[in-house]
Order: sequence, then C-alpha cells, then structure tokens
Amino acid sequence: MMRIFFQKYGFLLVIWLPVGWLSLFFMLPLIEMINVSFSEARRAVPPYNPAFQIGEKGISFQPVFDNYLLIYDYWGDYLWPAVNSIRLAFFSTVWCLFFAYPMAWWIARSKKPLQHILLVLVLMPFWTSSLLRMYALIGLLNPNGVINDFLLWAGIIVTPIQMMQTDFSIYSGMLLTYLPLMILPLYASLVRLDNALLEAAADLGAKNWEIFRTIILPLSLPGVIAGCLLVFIPAVGEFVIPALLGGPEQLMLGKVIWTEFFRNRDWPVAAAIAIILIAIIILPVVYARYQDKEGLS
Amino acid sequence: MKWGFVVAFSGFTAISGYALAEGNLNIYNWSDYIAEDTIANFEAETGINVTYDVYDSNEVLEAKMLAGSSGYDLVVPTADFLARGREAGAYQDIDLSKISNAKNQDADIQGQANNMLNSASAGLVYMWGSTGIAYNGDMIAERLGDDAPTDSWSLILDPENAAKLEDCGIAILDAPTDVLPNVMTYLGFPGTSTDKAHFEAAGEALSAIRPYLRYINSSQSINDIANGDICAAIMWSGDAFQAAYRAEEAENGHVIDYYIPKEGTNLWFDVMALPVDAKNVENAYKFVDYMMRADVAAENVNYVWYASGNKAAEASIDPEILSHPGIYPTDQAKEKLFVTPVYDTKTDRIVTRVWNRFSAGN
Repeated sequence: MMRIFFQKYGFLLVIWLPVGWLSLFFMLPLIEMINVSFSEARRAVPPYNPAFQIGEKGISFQPVFDNYLLIYDYWGDYLWPAVNSIRLAFFSTVWCLFFAYPMAWWIARSKKPLQHILLVLVLMPFWTSSLLRMYALIGLLNPNGVINDFLLWAGIIVTPIQMMQTDFSIYSGMLLTYLPLMILPLYASLVRLDNALLEAAADLGAKNWEIFRTIILPLSLPGVIAGCLLVFIPAVGEFVIPALLGGPEQLMLGKVIWTEFFRNRDWPVAAAIAIILIAIIILPVVYARYQDKEGLS
Repeated sequence: MKWGFVVAFSGFTAISGYALAEGNLNIYNWSDYIAEDTIANFEAETGINVTYDVYDSNEVLEAKMLAGSSGYDLVVPTADFLARGREAGAYQDIDLSKISNAKNQDADIQGQANNMLNSASAGLVYMWGSTGIAYNGDMIAERLGDDAPTDSWSLILDPENAAKLEDCGIAILDAPTDVLPNVMTYLGFPGTSTDKAHFEAAGEALSAIRPYLRYINSSQSINDIANGDICAAIMWSGDAFQAAYRAEEAENGHVIDYYIPKEGTNLWFDVMALPVDAKNVENAYKFVDYMMRADVAAENVNYVWYASGNKAAEASIDPEILSHPGIYPTDQAKEKLFVTPVYDTKTDRIVTRVWNRFSAGN
C-alpha cells in the first residue's frame, strides 16, 4: 500500500517538500521584510504601519518610499560601511581560498582512511558554538592574551601587539568560521579530478605550474566559485564577528542595520538596508550563474 | 548594561514564549541583577513556578516588547525605554493597591522616575544608578600626579589628560544616551537639552579624545579595568563596583574605584513593569510585592551593589554600600544630578548620527 503510494506520489513529495520548506522559511520572511521596508515607522506594536494589509476592508497595498529616500539622502552614512563590508568580505574570501586550496588538494589526494579522518577534522570546529570559538580567539589575540604573553615571555616583543579591534582580528575570525565552507566544495571538485590527465600532461613535458594552471585550476573552477559564494555571502552581512573582534573602524552593514533597528527604532529603514544588502549579494551570484552557463556551452 | 549585546543577540533564540498553566511566572530581567537565591526563595514561599530569563541591553528587551507576544509577565526596562514602550502601548498600568509593600518605596526616587514616565502607575523602581568614571587610582597617579582630577569628567574628556592616559587605556560606554548628555554637561550645556547643536558639540568634544580611546564598548571594560588592561572608563555605577570586586577577588593589586563627576551626571531608573499582554498578572503582582519587601530588597542590593528604589531596605543594606558616594550620592552631589528627557524619533536619529561619526573616527 505504502509502496504504491510512494511509487505514484514519491516524485511529487521529493519536489514539493523543499519547495514548501523554502517558501515557508525563505520566501515568506523575505516578502515580509520587503513589506516592512515599504512601511511607515510609528510608535506602536508593531513599530510600523504595514504597507500590505489584509483587514476588514479587504487587501490593501500602500507602499511608502520614504525609507529608501532616507538612505538616498544620507547615502554618505551608509556608503562607507557598505564599501567596508564588501572589502572585508572580499579579502576574507581571498584568505579562505588561499588557505583552503592546498588543504583541499591534500585531502583529495590522500589515501582513503586518512581522507575520511581529514574531512572529519575539517568539520570538527562546527561541533562547538561559533560564539565560543570567537571568545577563544579573543583569548588568543588580546593584549594580555596567550600569543602576546608568550611573545613577551620569550623576549621577542617588549610591548603587546595590538591584534584585537583590527582588520587582522576580523580576518582571523572569518577564517576560523568560514574555512570549512571553502574547503568542502574545493575538495568535492578536486577529488573527481582524473589522475590520468595529470600523468598525461607530465609525460608530455608540462611543468607543475603549467599542470596547475591549464588542468587543475580550470577543472576545479566550479568548486572555487561555489566556495567563494559560500564564504562571501554570509561574510558581507556578518554581525557577530566584527562586533566581537572588530573596533569602530571595522563598521560593517550588519552593525548599521543593528543601529537602525535598536538605536533609531526604525524597523522600516533597517529592512530597507537589508533589502539593499541582499541586492548587493545577489550580484555575484548572478555573475557566477552566468559564468556557469558560459562554462557549459 | 552587562556583557555584550552579542550574548543577548544569541539569547534571541531562547524565548520561553508560553505560560498557560496556573502557577507560572515568566520574568525577564537584566543579567546579574538579582541575589542568587531570591527566585528560589520566592518559589519555595509561594509555590509559583518561575521561568527567569536575562537580557543585557534595553534594546533587546524593547525589540521584544514592540514585536508583541513576548510571553513575559514581568520585565525591568530603564525608565526612558519604558516611557517609549508605554507610548507604543506595549505596557499596562500597575495597580499599586495590589502591592502592599509599595509603601517601602523611596518617594523621592519613585517621584523622579514617575516624572520621566509621565505616570504614577507605570511601575516601581527596582534599582537606580548613575553614569560616571571608574578608575585605577595608582595607574592614574603615575601619569597625572597626585592632583589628577578624579572628581571631574575632565579626567577623560580633556584631551590633554586623555593623551597622557592613552598608554594605560581609556574606554567609553557604547551608550550614546548615557554619554552625550554628560559630555554636554561638561561643556556647560544642560544635560537635558535636545538641541542638535549641543549634541554636535558633544560629538566634536568626543572626537577630540577619539585617538586616545582604546575602545567604545559597554561590557568589555568591566574585565579589562579589573585586570589593569585599562585605567579609566566611563561606566555605569554597578558595573564599576563589579569590576572593583573582581579585582579584589583576583588579588592582582589593582584597586578600582568610581566617582560621580562634580559637573553632574544623568540618573537612570530600572523599573519593574508589566507587558500589556502578560498572562500571569496576579503572580507578577505577587512577585513585585515580594521584591518590595525590605529584607528581600536589601539582599539584592548587597549582591548587585546598585542603589535600591526601596527606602525601607536601607536599614539592612551593607553600610559600605550605603555610605559610598558613588552609589548613594551625597546631598551636595544630588543637586547636579539630572534625568534626561525621553527623546523623540528625530532626536534619536540625531543622537545616533553624532555617535556613529564619533565612533567611526571620521
């Protein structure tokens, strides 16, 4: 009985479960955020007058554009954090790629039992809370933290190095958090690489660098793109890492949204900035999709 | 007030949003803001099952109240946040006749809070305190001599002093509404002003000492000043005493003290209030009544080192706390204390902009 049911409807189930999940937990919140971004702020519960309403008078939609106009009027206040977010997210992605590529290569080229152990090791940091890992990092980087204490003790430095509240501490936090997200897709594309290709290239006299440039890199490009997206997208909107590890100079859009939401109590403007942030994030995704299609044809 | 907003951010997910059965009470209070056994004693005495959650910033509490259906029956916002929340219709009036111990309340303190709240039935002041300067006397004296102005905002706000203290570390609260009005007082403007020019002048004064600041953060300085990583910080009174206590516990040789600057400072009041959609209202009243008992209130003060809104409690409060001018200000200091007005939306935006410019350092 069940078997017949699954044979008949299994396909639909497989398709509609994820669709239902995504519409419930991704599309609806997104639509609500767009709704709030076009609403008028007020002092009430909730603190905005919804643009889209289903009430006694039926369905009404009266968008207010003031929130986007306000961002436009004060663009100087928002541009710098936006540029800063993109800068920090971009270099975090570059650093992740720099460290992840050799690691992924090593894992992909290892013998089976070792490979599994290495993969588990890559995933292991996820077993502890990211917040705890950030506090551990603070314990390392602080002026009186482990690293400075050791360097002072060893006589290498005389005064503690200021590592916290710098770009360096942000990149450390980003790397610690996002490195596995870069390693895994790289590993997935490198492990499928056919050894015969590399041997053939070597037989024909290609140097290591040439093999890497003409064979390995192009074939692992989908993994590189996937890894970069997986790191860049959450990094650009990151809130916790710059809040804990960064100083005021590392102001990112995540904190700006926090400020609009909690300090100005302006949920609509906060939503509008978040929508703009999503637009910024979508650009590289669209570009990557475009690249993908190019690659296929 | 305590710890980072980040911890609170993670606490977002920990909403206990239901309370249907009789005999429950859901309380949402500041972290480290109650004696260790108060809740257990209350449960033992009344049989009411208490769920006790904590937050560490007014903003987090406010967001939950404005979103509605928080599931909490009793919360403790600071008066200006409560005033705004009441305007939004997020809180209900309390019926003082149901709280027999309300007679223990300090009429003067409650009166000042009521003025700010524009109502006599918004809630009862739990604790109150000031914003001032916590400092490490030895480290300051090393750099500024024995006549260092450890009674004035100029210790930090005068760029000359700030420059000399840069190497031992200065920090400032990340709380614009508690810092900017005080900088205005230091500059000779009224701390209660909502004039844009005054806020901007305060922002410029802060920018002048910006290069010498270690950081702007509301929670980090407690540990750092206790460890000797920083030597002076604009802090809330209770946090400063928590730092002093930690330094004493650690026996690291650092002695931390706190003062209310002679130019004056703003007072704040944390008020026990009932959300409009509280489900266990009767139990909330029972709890407030319990908290208003003189002995219970005194135990809480002896634990958290903030001044109580409870006058009758003073008989059982540790004399060291009662006689400290940083906690219970002298009559002379009281004259210079002020209560900031509840800002409107436009002023909020001015305050945030001035603050962001200063903290970004441009």
